[in-house]
Amino acid sequence: MCGIAGVINLDGTPVEINRLAPMVRPLRHRGPDEEGLFQDGAVGLVHSRLSIIDLSGGRQPMQNCARSACIVFNGEIFNFVELMEFLEGKGHRFATRSDTEVILNLYTEYGLDCVHHMNGQWAFALWDAGKKRMFLSRDRFGILPLFYARVGRSLVFASEIKSVLAFPGVQVEMDLEALRQVFTYWSPLAPRTPFRNVFQLPAGHSLIVEDGEIRVQQYYGLDYSETNSKAQVSPVEEQHCAEELSDLLMDSTRIRLRADVPVGAYLSGGLDSSIITALAQKYVGSSLCTFSVAFQDRGLDESAYQEEVVRALATTHRTIRCTEGEIGRVLPEVVWHTECPILRTAPAPLFLLSKLVRESGFKVVLTGEGADEFQGGYDIYKEAKIRAFWAAQVDSKRRPLLLSRLYPYLSGLQKQSPAYLQAFFHVDGNGPGDPLFSHIPRWGLTAKSHLFFSADVRAAWRGESDYTDMQQLLPARFGSWDLFSRAQYLEGRFLLPGYLLSSQGDRMSMAHSIEARYPFLDHRVVEFSSRISPRLKMKVLREKFLLKRALSRMIPKAVAERPKQPYRAPDAASLFDPATHQARHEYVNDMLSPRRIHDYGIFDPAPVQKLVEKAKAGRAVGFLDNAALVGILTTQLLIDQFFVHLKEGFSDAANRAGIAPVCR
Amino acid sequence: MQQIERELRQFVVDNFLFGEGEEQLSNEDSFLEKGLIDSMGILNLVNYVQEKFAVTVADEELIPENWDSVRRVAEFVESKRKAAA
Repeated sequence: MCGIAGVINLDGTPVEINRLAPMVRPLRHRGPDEEGLFQDGAVGLVHSRLSIIDLSGGRQPMQNCARSACIVFNGEIFNFVELMEFLEGKGHRFATRSDTEVILNLYTEYGLDCVHHMNGQWAFALWDAGKKRMFLSRDRFGILPLFYARVGRSLVFASEIKSVLAFPGVQVEMDLEALRQVFTYWSPLAPRTPFRNVFQLPAGHSLIVEDGEIRVQQYYGLDYSETNSKAQVSPVEEQHCAEELSDLLMDSTRIRLRADVPVGAYLSGGLDSSIITALAQKYVGSSLCTFSVAFQDRGLDESAYQEEVVRALATTHRTIRCTEGEIGRVLPEVVWHTECPILRTAPAPLFLLSKLVRESGFKVVLTGEGADEFQGGYDIYKEAKIRAFWAAQVDSKRRPLLLSRLYPYLSGLQKQSPAYLQAFFHVDGNGPGDPLFSHIPRWGLTAKSHLFFSADVRAAWRGESDYTDMQQLLPARFGSWDLFSRAQYLEGRFLLPGYLLSSQGDRMSMAHSIEARYPFLDHRVVEFSSRISPRLKMKVLREKFLLKRALSRMIPKAVAERPKQPYRAPDAASLFDPATHQARHEYVNDMLSPRRIHDYGIFDPAPVQKLVEKAKAGRAVGFLDNAALVGILTTQLLIDQFFVHLKEGFSDAANRAGIAPVCR
Repeated sequence: MQQIERELRQFVVDNFLFGEGEEQLSNEDSFLEKGLIDSMGILNLVNYVQEKFAVTVADEELIPENWDSVRRVAEFVESKRKAAA
């Protein structure tokens, strides 16, 4: 994978190379192997490369044979072999064996519609010199990032915000509305970013610059209008669906193993990554390498299950054991890469894991994200189902018991009374009619963190009522979908690209030049799952029913049948040592000190101090306390790194990026 | 009783309101209805009560009647102490 950046002057004046060149440096961690630059009048493109396919031929920026188009491309087109064959049949010539050139020729053949033929993960900028058209595109689900900003007469774009900010004249300003969204939905809603005037191209969208005009248009979106909502699915149909899902996942994994370097796999010890590991092992043979995170905290650690899979599938395995101190130590670096506040420390162990993968000589890993969203895995789906079931008979004494059974790992919840659960989960007779029903408990709870913000920030938010910003982004037909489909849509459209694939995905893997590939996010798999009955995804309360039926035979029984455990890392405990009641790292004290909080102006020092004291005493145990603490600290770090010390950040990053390129 | 209520109130204000909006909290306000305490919070409160006031709380005493407002908790603590005396 790689980093891309570029600029186009809308008034047609030539690009100044000395303004463009600084944009490549902050991207070096994404592509340490090579750098390249292209200029054609008002257009400039830069590229930092991590060589994975056609190591010698795939240099970028790349022009087509006719030299009528040029591309910088970050990502992989997994069906490039088939596309190349198809295009050659149509008379296109290829100078390389790389997927990059496939996009160029596919564009020549289909124009802006070329993306519909691509199976992969991408962010690219393609300059069509003939039409004088710049074409930016981001993949269907938002696996790879692409940001842009208007600066005077220029449009500037890059794989990461820091590269956009390296272009002279970009104002670095906090977007307070995006901050409110992070502290409600866990991420800004695209196209917003934490930086005012810097935007992200939403997943499944293209941006086109033509005749001095910029237009952003959607080419792909999740759709549950075709969902089979029949009450019953016959056993024969069920069997057919299981076979089809199995076939699709096998093929999706197979084409994601295409690379001219070895491919490894992340193994969490859960169902999804174990299935992917098993499928990959089938194609790779005995040499598959797997990588895992382990924790000291036994409540979070999954190594017993990881070892079970490693034994059963005989993979070559390496583990990184993360201590609380280590997680706290790397958090500032993690924020430099996420470029966004985070409410959990969960990305930090993945940052450490990608380092281990890199040190083991790998550039590419398969990983299991996307199954929870689209195969019916998340507890929030189950929760919504139970709440709707309970709301249909509000006075039931037995129904609430289902909710405490739903979260066996939240010991605090087990002791709650039905009245408490009813209030906590917002159960009343009217609830299920609300289109956002499934997610209101999560967002409502997260939004309680707003009390920590300064009076100025809260004044700036005045007039923003609860979830209208989210509602405005929903498709018109959203309200007509069933409860389960709506919940899946909200996860897949917002949390997946906004947090899981970015702060916890691309940004953590690419911090150490590791490309992650997601077999569950093959669009054929996602589309198949959006057509089948929700009952097949969650049968009563059995999550991922069809996926298990299709493929659990390939993994150890203990893993297939284990209760679901969400991936979490220690939060408050990574920052404050409960034994000594002290911060584990000096920067934590510094960033959360009343003086620093006051100076940066986002939060109110008094309540933050109370939260810090609570955390020091080891009493920050609830979701809200932890989310607020990590959220406040990472916001402070973001301000410190990007608003106060950006220049130093650039030179540190350049030094840090001095990783030895992997050559094979 | 007043002393217990004052201390409990301070704990709730510090730990669940983080000192914000204290004037809007009356001692009779329901924690549940006001959405003050998240699912782990009640246990936080229970631990505090056990340590601070040296009472032991049984599982069956974890009911909203005992834990849903500053006043109710104070009354519960008071009754436990009387029973122990």
